[in-house]
Amino acid sequence: MANAEMFHVRTEEAPLLPAPVSTTGAIGWMRQNLFSSIGNTILTVIGIFIAYSMIMPIIQFAFIDAVWTGEDRTACLAAEPGEKVGACWAYVGAYMKQFIYGRYPYEELYRVNIVYGLFALLLIPLAMPSVPAKGLNAFLFLVMFPIAAYYLLTGLEFGSFVVFPIVETAVWGGLLVTLVIAVTGIVASLPLGVALALGRRSQMPIIKLVSIIFIEFWRGVPLITVLFMASVMLPLFLPEGVNFDKLLRVLIGVTLFSAAYMAEVVRGGLQAIPKGQYEGAMALGLRFWPMMYLIILPQALKLVIPGIVNTFIGLFKDTTLVLIVGMFDLLGQIKSSFSDSTWATPSQGPTGYLFAGVVFFLFCFGMSRYSIFMEKKLHTGHKR
Amino acid sequence: MSDTADAPPRASLLNDPKVRGLFYQVLLVAFLVAGGWFIVSNTAANLERQNISSGFDFLKNTAGFGISQTPIEYSETSSYGRAIVIGFLNTLLVAVFGIFFATIIGFVVGISRLSTNWVISKLAYWYVEIVRNVPLLLQILFWYLLLIESTPSPRKSVELGAGAVLNNRGFFLPKPIWGDVAVYSLAALIIGIIATFVIRSWARKRQELTGQQFPVGLTALGAIIGFPLLVFLITGLPVQFEYPVLKGFNYVGGQRLIPEFLALLFALSIYTAAFIAEIVRAGIQAVSHGQTEAAHALGLRNSPTLRLVVIPQAMRVMIPPMTSQYLNLTKNSSLAVAIAFPDLVANGQIVMNQSGRAIEIVGIWMVVYLSLSLGTSAFMNWYNKRMALVER
Repeated sequence: MANAEMFHVRTEEAPLLPAPVSTTGAIGWMRQNLFSSIGNTILTVIGIFIAYSMIMPIIQFAFIDAVWTGEDRTACLAAEPGEKVGACWAYVGAYMKQFIYGRYPYEELYRVNIVYGLFALLLIPLAMPSVPAKGLNAFLFLVMFPIAAYYLLTGLEFGSFVVFPIVETAVWGGLLVTLVIAVTGIVASLPLGVALALGRRSQMPIIKLVSIIFIEFWRGVPLITVLFMASVMLPLFLPEGVNFDKLLRVLIGVTLFSAAYMAEVVRGGLQAIPKGQYEGAMALGLRFWPMMYLIILPQALKLVIPGIVNTFIGLFKDTTLVLIVGMFDLLGQIKSSFSDSTWATPSQGPTGYLFAGVVFFLFCFGMSRYSIFMEKKLHTGHKR
Repeated sequence: MSDTADAPPRASLLNDPKVRGLFYQVLLVAFLVAGGWFIVSNTAANLERQNISSGFDFLKNTAGFGISQTPIEYSETSSYGRAIVIGFLNTLLVAVFGIFFATIIGFVVGISRLSTNWVISKLAYWYVEIVRNVPLLLQILFWYLLLIESTPSPRKSVELGAGAVLNNRGFFLPKPIWGDVAVYSLAALIIGIIATFVIRSWARKRQELTGQQFPVGLTALGAIIGFPLLVFLITGLPVQFEYPVLKGFNYVGGQRLIPEFLALLFALSIYTAAFIAEIVRAGIQAVSHGQTEAAHALGLRNSPTLRLVVIPQAMRVMIPPMTSQYLNLTKNSSLAVAIAFPDLVANGQIVMNQSGRAIEIVGIWMVVYLSLSLGTSAFMNWYNKRMALVER
């Protein structure tokens, strides 16, 4: 049959062709994500324009036009009128010590550094889920560290025998005050918040009512009025002659305030524990407190770690409000440095605020990443 | 069952949960009463010692300080009480405008985060992350600095067209002065709104009975915007604009928005919008994809799917957190005191410093903010109940 020669039968597989250039690699990705339709292309162009017009001035200000070194304000002044001067980093460098320690005595700074070091040393293993001995670590961090930090920062004197000379809290400032208020606020509000959350779920009507009133009251008022109350009214509440340190007064206000928020976070965790856990504990013959301490709270608190971290981020940002009642946290310290004529230039204000913004962003962004990481770790299974 | 041997074994009174509960509650009440008495007696003694009288009579005294933004009449001879009322009105003003803008920006950014366009979604992502992680107070101070320092002096003001002027004394807008016959247009607007509601309920009933749809949206547009506009044209445009004019060193006339107000409004809207964006994103993502697929299977197009299926379900998830964001914005407006915008806290602080009545002023603050909070959450709970899923 002559016809048979007309047929062509493949004896091997045809070679695999590479995917079209337009669907792979950078070009394919761009086609799919940036230019898939006319509308999308317009959006991309608008988006790039917005990003460009936001980022360029910041880069221009913070890097290109910036002044990095200098002794005083003359370095950051325009040499000729009309010349643009960017960020005055020389001023931030000159003030760096104040921004970190406030006006803490120079020769005692090592004490603050020890506290910073201890804080990092205890917090980092506590935050890493894979490191063992969490119980001991938490005890050291939540009980021993605050005591040590208290004596290190305020001083320790036995009569004439001076271990650490006393440093008044009035000279504390900068990041030190920010961290002291935020960390104390969160550590002290945790037990109070747990107690309030349990109270709110209690079957005893008066205890429940008191807890609800307490929580809703503090959650209903702005922090700034709480700070005013703490700094103005608290002295009136105490007997004659008893006087509190201003920082302590603020700490009391902040603690009560954040305890109410903490209580709601913990309550969420308590509600997530199935009833079988309570019933199981009771069937084993456990009383209320052992049941809570051994069975319920360990599970509930673990569940709300992201919530606690988020409360902490909020508190960390809110510590800036103390500058309104005349204390110097990081932002307050920066703001007060504006009155120094040695560095008074038009770019001083923006530089200071940019610096504060970057510091706060790094802290808060880091913490929120951690909270997301914990959330992913804790919510295993049941993922869509 | 009358046999006494079957009666529950007599436990010690100490182990009876009822008795124990009663004991703890009595203990708590006793503790609270003692604490309250301690505070009240100390306060009374301290006030007596410092010769400070108490009570709210001082609110009638002359204030003697000026206020930069006064929604109602005020002069230095007005009373403390009036200064505080003005502060309250300013708080409300900035809160209402802030909520309005924050909601709009928040929705836009939240939907942008879900965009398939990489540039847009990344832009929205970094907006949220940067704004959320920088303290609000810092943002307020920053905007204030920007508005004060980088805007020109009145003599070199930026003309924005249509009579609007921007300089470092604020933002000046032409102020509309309504003629007498403008009342008719207002009446037309009200009639339009009422008519829209009537038409909507009629159209809904008709659709349920017959399945026929009625273009409610277009009718509403005509009734609410078209009709008043028509009346406005017929009555001969009864409005005149008072333009701001440069007189001496500053602009006079027109509607002035002070830089403090603008800075606070910017910061509050932008800050809260970042949180609202996250709520919107989470709300839309909470509606399972099966809902969209089912709607498409029923033959609905994209727009009705979004409008009738996805958004009503997303709203249900979004309302509770949205409420708390609105409340946060209202409470955060108290940071105005840092840039001396005359809100409730700022004016209260001046009154407190002048009159020395700390307890009364802090009390007023707390009562006002608490009632705003509780009022809003009561309303939103009611609204939430209406929107909530009706389960069997």
